[in-house]
Amino acid sequence: MKSTLFNMVAVLFTITLIASAGVGAVNMITEEPIAAAKQAATTAALQNVLPAFEQNSVSEQEIDGLPIKVYTATSGETVVGYAVESMTKNGFGGAIRMMVGFLPDGNIYNVNVLEQAETPGLGTKMCDEGNALISSIKDKNAFTLEFKVKKDGGELDALTAATISSRAYYDAVARAKEAYLVASGKKQWADGVTSATATVETNEGETAQEGGKDE
Amino acid sequence: MNKLQIVLSGILKNNPTFVLVLGMCPTLGTTTSAINGMGMGVATMAVLIMSNLVISLIKNFIPDKVRIPAFIVVIASFVTIIQMLMQAYVPSLYASLGVFIPLIVVNCIILGRAEAFASKNGPLDSILDGVGIGIGFTLSLTAIGAVREVLGSGAIFGYSLGISDYMPLVFVLAPGAFLVLGYLMVLFNKLAKK
Amino acid sequence: MELSYFAIIIGAIFVNNVVLAQFLGICPFLGVSSKVDTSLGMGAAVTFVMALTSIVAWAIQTYILVPLHIEYMQTIVFILVIAALVQMVEIVLKKVSPSLYQALGIFLPLITTNCAVLGVAILMIQKEFNLLQSFAYSVATAIGFALALVIFAGIRERLELDDMPKAMKGIPIALITAAILAMAFMGFSGLV
Repeated sequence: MKSTLFNMVAVLFTITLIASAGVGAVNMITEEPIAAAKQAATTAALQNVLPAFEQNSVSEQEIDGLPIKVYTATSGETVVGYAVESMTKNGFGGAIRMMVGFLPDGNIYNVNVLEQAETPGLGTKMCDEGNALISSIKDKNAFTLEFKVKKDGGELDALTAATISSRAYYDAVARAKEAYLVASGKKQWADGVTSATATVETNEGETAQEGGKDE
Repeated sequence: MNKLQIVLSGILKNNPTFVLVLGMCPTLGTTTSAINGMGMGVATMAVLIMSNLVISLIKNFIPDKVRIPAFIVVIASFVTIIQMLMQAYVPSLYASLGVFIPLIVVNCIILGRAEAFASKNGPLDSILDGVGIGIGFTLSLTAIGAVREVLGSGAIFGYSLGISDYMPLVFVLAPGAFLVLGYLMVLFNKLAKK
Repeated sequence: MELSYFAIIIGAIFVNNVVLAQFLGICPFLGVSSKVDTSLGMGAAVTFVMALTSIVAWAIQTYILVPLHIEYMQTIVFILVIAALVQMVEIVLKKVSPSLYQALGIFLPLITTNCAVLGVAILMIQKEFNLLQSFAYSVATAIGFALALVIFAGIRERLELDDMPKAMKGIPIALITAAILAMAFMGFSGLV
């Protein structure tokens, strides 16, 4: 067909209009399933990182400028645990989001990585069952743990050949702990116990970022 | 051209990966496992078939000068639709394919087929061409994914073969993608010559 | 603890090299990289377009798509923006600097379908960068692209003259070379 200014504009405009209408329509259809799929993923993650519970309530916090959600899980009147949807932006492939489950006594019950873009086969091992990262913090008490890998003078294992991913992982867990302390009302007395380690830990984390000037 | 030939030529003679060497980005980027490769292939095939059909239907109404932008709008809409459908119904596959789903828009295969085939042929032939090329692309991606998965993580379609500790991880990483595709192409060339 | 600009830039050029680690922009990588000077031209054109795209795409995402809650239109809008930008750059360049147009002109139409450009626009939104970070990230990614292209062209210029089995000629040997280059770039992964 011959091109004139009028038919070019008219045709492009019509096509764009129809296309947008189509996409908008599909968006309306899929909006609910997408939300449901996300909800299902959250629920599955909650069940994975917490012991059996009946219901949960959500509260939101902001730590280091990142949005953190805390789910308080209850069974009847008793609190069975706290699941913190934490994140870090220090991963090898950008942001990592995870769900960390704490028992009321501060023990880490389980961790579930929700979203990551790490190197396949290296950093992605953080999602595997029983990997080095989860094994070194699982069932340990969050109050006494110092979230540092061995390379930075800490006690925790890192994934082989994925130190950056491992640091980011612990960074997110440490942030989850902060949120957990606030949400569970333990911030006050926990500060007395761990404030020293907590400050050291953030400083160490930053220096490590700038090229391992630590120690 | 006979209908069956159109489909078959997309799989072998015009194989998008090994012969036309188009759409290399998803071919290399998503084939870390057989399932991922297959998912990407099927998603691309769906977009290809639909865009081929629509473009062959509206080809007579599009002025020549805005042909390419018009095609891109059509393709981008279908990609967005597929993106939303995958997000809703196969969220885990959607997560593992990541940025390569929206990037189907710039996959040269789709614009290439729109330009080379759909804008010159009728709707039925265009659909068949989409099916053929789509199957060819899916098969290639699945094959590359399977090879990389076996060599790199000692598994096939997610089932561990129990040899993962002995396999060189590099095949799942970036260099392995280039290497496996390169050697598979050598093999394809060698077999095609005979 | 935000990623520092230094980490973003080094990360995008070396560690997560757009071609060799993220597999974006493979088509021009294989197609245009047979001579060093054409690779330089392509690299410069891509840098130019990517830098522009990052600003425009960021502004559209932040001030139009998010407020209107139509983030799902992202793919369509971004590809149109890129296509329009490429056209505009072509027209402006032709008027303002014919010599630069002579050098870059033939590469410009190819850029619309360069998935690295769209990929970077989508990734920078996904990584939740602010405007300046997005700009740094895009330019660094483009430099990484140009770097990979030029190194690769240097190798291929020599490969041309080598004797090899017929089935390996052309694309296959290029891919195998790219594999070795990608392995070399993996050595950078400890940098950031």
